[in-house]
Amino acid sequence: MSTKDLTAVRRGVGIRPKTSARSAINITKKVVTGFLYAIGIIFLLLVFLVPVYWMVLTAVESANQVVQNPPLFWVSAPQWDNFVKAFESIDFWHYTKNSLIVTFSVMILQFITVIPAAYAFARYRFKGKKILFSITLLTMMLPAQLTFLPVYLMFARLKLINNIMTLILPFGASGFGIFMLRQSFMQIPEEILEAARLDKASEFTIIRRIMLPMALPTIAMLALFTFITTWNDYYWPLVMTTTDEVQTLPVGITGLQNIEVGITQHYVMAGNILMILPVVIVFLIAQKQIIKAFTYTGEK
Amino acid sequence: MSSIILQNIDKAYGKNAPVIENLNLEIKDKSFTVLLGPSGCGKSTILRMIAGLEAQTSGTILFDDEDMTNVPPENRDIAFVFQNYALYPTMTVRGNIEFGLKNRKIPKAEIAARVEEVCSLLDISEYLNRKPQNLSGGQRQRVALARAMVKKPDIFLMDEPLSNLDAKLRNQIRTDLIALHKRLNTTFVYVTHDQVEAMSMATDIVLLNKGKVMQMSSPAEMYKQPRNVFSAKFIGTPAMNVISSGKSNISVPQGCAYVGFRPENVMLEKKNNDDFCISCDVASTEMLGAETVIKALSGDEIIFMRAFTSACRPEGRQNFYVERANLCYFNEQEERIYE
Ligand SMILES: Nc1ncnc2c1ncn2[C@@H]1O[C@H](COP(=O)(O)OP(=O)(O)OP(=O)(O)O)[C@@H](O)[C@H]1O
Ligand SMILES: [Mg+2]
Repeated sequence: MSTKDLTAVRRGVGIRPKTSARSAINITKKVVTGFLYAIGIIFLLLVFLVPVYWMVLTAVESANQVVQNPPLFWVSAPQWDNFVKAFESIDFWHYTKNSLIVTFSVMILQFITVIPAAYAFARYRFKGKKILFSITLLTMMLPAQLTFLPVYLMFARLKLINNIMTLILPFGASGFGIFMLRQSFMQIPEEILEAARLDKASEFTIIRRIMLPMALPTIAMLALFTFITTWNDYYWPLVMTTTDEVQTLPVGITGLQNIEVGITQHYVMAGNILMILPVVIVFLIAQKQIIKAFTYTGEK
Repeated sequence: MSSIILQNIDKAYGKNAPVIENLNLEIKDKSFTVLLGPSGCGKSTILRMIAGLEAQTSGTILFDDEDMTNVPPENRDIAFVFQNYALYPTMTVRGNIEFGLKNRKIPKAEIAARVEEVCSLLDISEYLNRKPQNLSGGQRQRVALARAMVKKPDIFLMDEPLSNLDAKLRNQIRTDLIALHKRLNTTFVYVTHDQVEAMSMATDIVLLNKGKVMQMSSPAEMYKQPRNVFSAKFIGTPAMNVISSGKSNISVPQGCAYVGFRPENVMLEKKNNDDFCISCDVASTEMLGAETVIKALSGDEIIFMRAFTSACRPEGRQNFYVERANLCYFNEQEERIYE
């Protein structure tokens, strides 16, 4: 084989006869794969969007429409009042306040624990580093259900059940966060840190002025991830809290089930939409940073 | 004011075999010293030890008479220019240049003045507010130089700073660096594997091979008086012809094993009766504009000739002549010997 043929093969092109029949086949092939691709995407969209659509639809239906059989796929006169009703029937502000306190406390705590841990794992050599890091990774693999009971018992003994601390403390560190941020720190070229050292930057300055800004996309992604999971978490607050006082929005919204005798799904759905609205807004704001976090490869 | 003296330096990475063994070197104050050698010979390692970024396994490094062993890199009054520039990607050009000065708590007004000065010198004032990723390679290179210069260090250490640039830009910055060295009047230590770069910029060349100094001299001397076969074959394009002396038609000094001569000293006609002569077959002729490079084979040895006229187009079997004065003799150990 000549070198030209070799390069052609290497490029995966092969040596293609230039007959029109062959290219017709190629075009058909392209159309078919394109078609299958489109179907795949549409299917995925349906899987993800139908539930959302269903939620929105239900939220603006009347009680009768909710239980109508066959179900409706469109309502011509949406009942926007459902939102008002949902908002006024429970102490929305109170639950929102609790949710905000819990979510931001968790985020701040995670910053405090994750950044130094990730930095140490990325840049220091110390005894037991491997084992500690393995344990950190292990926490990512353990299903949450496994830790529920021991943690519950522990808090019970500390008399912390139905205390807002139970919603914050267990999430104050994150194995996933440590892992991701460590990777991101390790990607920073050694020369940049050496240059900073020669520029007489203290270790703290190096972290603050160089490493954190360079890892910012990852940090933003982690913050968003924590925000969403904490804000939406339902099961943990449900188990750990018993009174309105410390309950968060997801738990509070279940209260909408009982505001009327009979059908209340539409109110619950309206409440859900109000609850996820901040998440959607934050996501839209941070979208660019998240995409960057997954494509960032450091400066050459 | 700093000369750099390396005494009995050994260096091994971890438990690996030593990279450098018993290195002794003096880099003169205000010199433009180039560490030259093939890839992997330990140039960067030496430079990084001078900077303090890498600790020597044993031996002493002195700046003038001051032992640097326990002085951390940031206190050594040096500036380091990295091969890939190592600019801070999240800071602007100005931020990059100022960073070292701010950390040294230099007054604002002076920082501004110094930044102004280096930027106009290196012609980068236009880009001060851009991020490094929005600059071309040559511009980044200048920023890296500016960041080093602004500190006004005693010693500039540069590790292949031009290797990422295209040939034209390289030539230009080479000229700039020579001018810069004259102007700053400080010690430059420059690492490269490109002998042309070394020849054109250096006041002193340290030629290294496998962690050992093969020769240390001025570029002119390095070219004219190679001290061993390695030097002879490393410098020059094409390099010196070194052939085994068995083929010689003339008497060679006692113990001589190899004869060397520069391609430009090859003649097609005999000049003196005792000229060295070798017969070979011309394999190819390359016209390079001002000069012509002729490649010829004598047995299994390749011989290059450089002629400075385009009329020179030898073909077939030819006798190559070299004047005795232009020959270098080497012994079995590939060391230079004299008549
Ligand atoms: N951090 C390290 N750990 C282990 N070995 C290393 C390390 N850095 C360099 N070496 C080894 O030391 C030797 C010299 O390396 P060095 O980087 O000094 O070479 P160099 O002359 O700068 O080469 P180049 O021109 O390719 O940059 C090489 O064999 C290299 O493999
Ligand atoms: Mg190197």
